[in-house]
Amino acid sequence: MRGSRRLRFARGWRIARVLLSTQYAYMLEYRAEIALWALSGVLPLIMLGVWSGSEAAGGLGLSPERLSRYFLSAFVVRQFTIVWLVHVFEEDALQGRLSPYLLQPLHPLWRYLASHLSEQATRLPFVVLIMAIFFLFQPAAFWLPSPGGFLLAVVAIHLAFLLRFLFQTVITMLCFWTERAAALERLLLIPYLFLSGLVAPLEAFPEGVRAFALLTPFPAMLSFPAQLLAGEPVDLAGGLITIGVWAALLLPLALWLWQAGLRRYSAMGA
Amino acid sequence: MPIISARGLSKTYRVADKQPGLGGTLRHFFARRSRDVQAVSDVNFTIEPGEIVGFLGPNGAGKTTTLKMLTGLIHPSAGEVEVAGCVPFRRQAGFLRQITLVMGQKQQLIWDLPPLDSLRVNAAVYGIDDSEAKRRIDELAGMLDLGEELTRPVRKLSLGQRMKAELLAALLHRPAVLFLDEPTLGLDVNAQARVREFLADYNRRHGATVLLTSHYMADITALCRRVLLIHQGRLFYDGSLDGLTERLAPHREVRFELRDPPPAAAFASYGTFESQDGQQLRLLVPRSELTATVGRLLADFDVLDLEVSDPPIEEIIGRLFRQGAVS
Repeated sequence: MRGSRRLRFARGWRIARVLLSTQYAYMLEYRAEIALWALSGVLPLIMLGVWSGSEAAGGLGLSPERLSRYFLSAFVVRQFTIVWLVHVFEEDALQGRLSPYLLQPLHPLWRYLASHLSEQATRLPFVVLIMAIFFLFQPAAFWLPSPGGFLLAVVAIHLAFLLRFLFQTVITMLCFWTERAAALERLLLIPYLFLSGLVAPLEAFPEGVRAFALLTPFPAMLSFPAQLLAGEPVDLAGGLITIGVWAALLLPLALWLWQAGLRRYSAMGA
Repeated sequence: MPIISARGLSKTYRVADKQPGLGGTLRHFFARRSRDVQAVSDVNFTIEPGEIVGFLGPNGAGKTTTLKMLTGLIHPSAGEVEVAGCVPFRRQAGFLRQITLVMGQKQQLIWDLPPLDSLRVNAAVYGIDDSEAKRRIDELAGMLDLGEELTRPVRKLSLGQRMKAELLAALLHRPAVLFLDEPTLGLDVNAQARVREFLADYNRRHGATVLLTSHYMADITALCRRVLLIHQGRLFYDGSLDGLTERLAPHREVRFELRDPPPAAAFASYGTFESQDGQQLRLLVPRSELTATVGRLLADFDVLDLEVSDPPIEEIIGRLFRQGAVS
């Protein structure tokens, strides 16, 4: 029993290693495009510019340094939590590229997960470069998080990514019913933008709106890890529980939709 | 015991029914209409281990839909299907390890990387250790005449090289059942012949079962002793290729060369006049009258050369579908 579990783990580890290294090699072929994607994710830095010239930040007790660190952290979190599953899955399903994946004894979602993680690894140097340029112009904002805080932030960023991936997996599964699931994803971008803390720190929200935002999964996808990275006071247990609860809701839903969707799959284009 | 069996296999698709133009678009928006299309209807057959079976039919006959049901990609609307002792659409790992599907127009290889990268992924996914994977890659690459192509990005390969690399990737896990949908589509004559030789060799070495669709009759005649013929979703022939010719072509083709050919009308009493190219003539003669007719031709004319053959199988099937004789 233990032996077979060890074998399964060894097999899983090998698949993960090979998938990640292959996908990393594949993503490197698109490094210029990924650099442009990294650059296009500077919305938090634009929001920093907006907030820096505003009286409201001072009124909330946010010093320019705290504000800079928060939005720079939001930029970093956003870079490593971007999920494009619905777009590529929709295309693969329509073009018939999904069929070969379905005929192999590996759930296709593992491949897409490996693609995302490899894309993040390819993106990393560009993000570091953008941060270096930022600190060059804003040296006062520079900070070094504590090793423990940094480690927690890295874990939280990965959990936030997994939560977003799971959330988008649910939307993606609707591809089996509609050919335009990506449009629904674009619609959900609006609550994500406003409720995640991307355009404003959650502290800036009126009490009622903040309470409502915290009932959604969006703050856990950005604000929670960004605050951890920025060294802001944060409800660690609350954030982790939120991620856990939403994951526990979304995972069975995604798996159920996957099974139901496969019954409808017509292997278009294949 | 059959390795593939289909009983009463049927598939109905629901498709949107929309008229062209703005009016059609608006009507479709407010009152969406759809209709059912019966792609496959009550198909029954079994295939024994090690057989190579050709699956024939015109475009839209239901060949690919049947293959998709046999591989578990789509669920049948009715009927039962079993492949390698498993129900395909349950997609159990044990089933997926025993089958493969190659589609001539689709690829599983990663476009921007060399085939070896995709092969590494497949080896890991199917749990083939590195040394065994290398041994199998060497064996298959040798059979397919692939070498440095395996280290070149897929996008840089010719269609023939890519198809061979696709076959290698599809067979690395040594499946017992191969479903091949137009594996030689678009390849030149030499590449087609190479793929055919490879498939025959693979079947001999590993005893694999092959179900093959192809528009190139050379693939079918070279590889398959048995064929299934499907038309408008219904299976209407299951038997030997020779039997199909006998059943569907009651005539044999007589080609002969005359020193001084008379007008075509002179052959009316010998058979159906097909064509004339200089001194070369073609007649279709009923099988039952062949011996007598050939004797008369030799007696009545100054024959320089004479050859009797079956009309090409593609001609028989093409004529059959055009005439609607299958219904």
